[in-house]
Amino acid sequence: MPIDYLGGLDMTFIRKTTIGLLVLFLAAVLSACGETTGNGTGSSNGSKEIVSISGSTSVGPLAEKLAEKFKDNNENINIEVNQIGSSAGITNATSGVSEIGMSSRDLKEEEKANGLKETIIAYDGIVVVTHPSNKVNNLTLEQVKQIFTGEVTNWNQLGGEDMEIVVVSREDGSGSRDAFQEIVGYSSGELIRNAIIASGNGNIKTTVATNKHAVGFISFEYIDDTISTIQIDGVKATAENVLQQKYSLSRPFLFVHKEDNITEAGKQFIDFILSSDGQAIVSEAGAIPVK
Amino acid sequence: MLEKLSARIFLFCALLSVVSLLLIVGFVFYKGSHPFVAEGYSFFDFIFGMDWVPSEDKFGIFPMIVASLFATIGALIIGVPVGLFTAIFLAEIAPKRVAKIISPAVQLLAGIPSVLYGVFGLAIIVPFLQNNLGLVKGQSLLAVILVLAIMMLPTVVTVAETAIRAVPKMYREGSLALGASQIGTIFKVVVPAAKSGIMAAVVLGLGRAIGETMAVILVAGNSLILPTSLTDSVRPLTTNIALEMGYAFGTHQEMLFATGIVLFSFILLLNFVLAKISSKGGN
Amino acid sequence: MRKFKDHLLLGLLWASAFLTVAVLVIIVGYIFYKGFRLIDFNFIFGDYSPVGHGGIWPMIVTTLYTIFISLIIATPIGILAAVYLQEYAKQGRLVRLIRYATESLTGIPSIIYGLFGAVFFVTTLKFGMSIIAASLTLTIIVLPVIIRTTEEALKTVPLSYREGSLALGTTKLQTLYKVILPSAMPGILSGIILSIGRIVGESAAIFLTAGTVAAMPEGIFSSARTLTVHSFLVTQESGDIELAAAVGIVLIVIILILNFSATFISKKLNKADY
Repeated sequence: MPIDYLGGLDMTFIRKTTIGLLVLFLAAVLSACGETTGNGTGSSNGSKEIVSISGSTSVGPLAEKLAEKFKDNNENINIEVNQIGSSAGITNATSGVSEIGMSSRDLKEEEKANGLKETIIAYDGIVVVTHPSNKVNNLTLEQVKQIFTGEVTNWNQLGGEDMEIVVVSREDGSGSRDAFQEIVGYSSGELIRNAIIASGNGNIKTTVATNKHAVGFISFEYIDDTISTIQIDGVKATAENVLQQKYSLSRPFLFVHKEDNITEAGKQFIDFILSSDGQAIVSEAGAIPVK
Repeated sequence: MLEKLSARIFLFCALLSVVSLLLIVGFVFYKGSHPFVAEGYSFFDFIFGMDWVPSEDKFGIFPMIVASLFATIGALIIGVPVGLFTAIFLAEIAPKRVAKIISPAVQLLAGIPSVLYGVFGLAIIVPFLQNNLGLVKGQSLLAVILVLAIMMLPTVVTVAETAIRAVPKMYREGSLALGASQIGTIFKVVVPAAKSGIMAAVVLGLGRAIGETMAVILVAGNSLILPTSLTDSVRPLTTNIALEMGYAFGTHQEMLFATGIVLFSFILLLNFVLAKISSKGGN
Repeated sequence: MRKFKDHLLLGLLWASAFLTVAVLVIIVGYIFYKGFRLIDFNFIFGDYSPVGHGGIWPMIVTTLYTIFISLIIATPIGILAAVYLQEYAKQGRLVRLIRYATESLTGIPSIIYGLFGAVFFVTTLKFGMSIIAASLTLTIIVLPVIIRTTEEALKTVPLSYREGSLALGTTKLQTLYKVILPSAMPGILSGIILSIGRIVGESAAIFLTAGTVAAMPEGIFSSARTLTVHSFLVTQESGDIELAAAVGIVLIVIILILNFSATFISKKLNKADY
């Protein structure tokens, strides 16, 4: 009695489920398509150009903001920003996986040798941050180095309370970490072993904001009142101080690309960033304009 | 003709899982062995090396192996007794109405995406360890162990419960007839009889713990230190892969595949143990 | 003394079960408590924005894409493979090999699948970080689930059905399509439901193959973010537990619906058996 069996199984249920799933999927596809065509400027082919950008998580948020404004006037260009760290972004730009790579540190010699063209789109400061309850608010570069290499392990050695220091660093391959280490003057191998490794600026910020022992470093863009910022040699971490070259922890934000990979749309985007409109967004985002 | 063709197609589909397995093992092992075979890195230094500094060409994963083992063993110590006792409770003690509530609950616990365990761990367990137990940092081996113990619970409970339920009624009746108490019967007769199934539950739970990634990243702290206490922040093998795969390239990327091989070896070992157990259970 | 020990053990049994349930209630309760304020129409159906909490519709769409694509590939392959193992194959080396492979696939941790997907689909086949690369990786992950549940379902189809049908002069293939597969349908369906659960809950493998772009995917070759990956990233990057929990609620509700339908179907199955 196979047919009976089938009846017992309630075909309507199966049919309803299947139809339900199909409708849901169609809705999804349609909404995705709507996204694509709805914004179309009515250009004959209707397809969008995609500019793929990948790299630094410090440059990423700025790039996203710039892309959003850029799209307002260039509706048929879509800019895809993947935040995967500076080193990976540079590699992707070299290999052609991405059209443009974002870096928050200077290129190394061997990277330059691959024929990458670099454009400085902004400058940025790196700030040492602690929990808001921490009384320490000024350190020398030497003290910063001692903290991150484990020579100093208690806040009372720095004029703070008697409590252990918990170091939070970025991952190996982060542009912020490379730039920070180069300016402060220690190598990856010297970083204190038990440092918490956080894989992004936001991750460092939240780790420090929720741990009164912690110290870390983040990009200027991420500063808010959940953490307190540390002066370096008595100089406050501000954009003016970076521009006047008083504040030492600063680095460039780079867009890198290979000349034969760049599309017209990609060039337009870079030109937009360097325009006064673009640079206005840069300073709005908390980074420092080039001009 | 059609019959023959369709039989071929069916066979082809069945072989796809073999092909997939070969591809996975092949690619992971090919990529992961490359630095040792072709680039002159020492496998011994890789396994027993203490330093992992990719930018300085140092690749040692000993601290991570130790972290993975400690985290898994710790999770077992907490998760197995609780899971096993819950299973015994469900199969032997619980009134039907109670079991009817708990069983779906355990099922739901099994279905919750692992990321959410991590979210919970970071939002509740980490601050708890910091504020109430006075750890200087909540991201620690202890936090990893607690999260993994919770995550292995449903696996241990469901598999062990099935094994206990499968013990024939005769055993219990015989023991009770001989004057043993209900609890005595359970622990002296039923549990020993379900031993191989319970062992399988433990091994499966272990597999889930050692392979877990995303929940662990959020609570481990990912430090590259050889763990010496429960309060150290650690980086297990899985975490190392997920943290660095996004931006690694060249030798660094291959070393992450090598990390995958080590993890894979642990899993293969577990599978082997599991196969041994279930073949014993078959007798 | 013995009585005391019995009581102690009994107490431990109750306590363990209570602890297990308590853990569940605390986790689910916490996620609902933290996230429910964010749940509204705009959150579910709104576009993502880096400012504020943003909508999650792009992540829902991405999740549906991965479910649909992996199932549309894995379901037929899995069912036919199970048919081969149950209805066609002679027991022997080959079948043992296939069974061994299927079982081994079940035990591989998802991060290893992620590694494989990243090097095979993303790099070697040049799909790039994309929905399709993630979906193909997921296909391999759920394939053993579908094979196993379908096999179980085929086992429960009584031999008499097959014999009866064959005796009526139908071919083996016709018997398969007209009699055996329809009878095994509830079991196959619950396998598919299990697979959806696995896909929805997966994160590590998707993280390494689909990338993290938080925007509506343009197509299956776009890099995109599923619900689980979104929940992970907002926790890690911005520490926004409320948002992560709100996404968690959506995930838990999906899992509950799936569990419920699986129970429902297996009940139907049992009824039909009588």
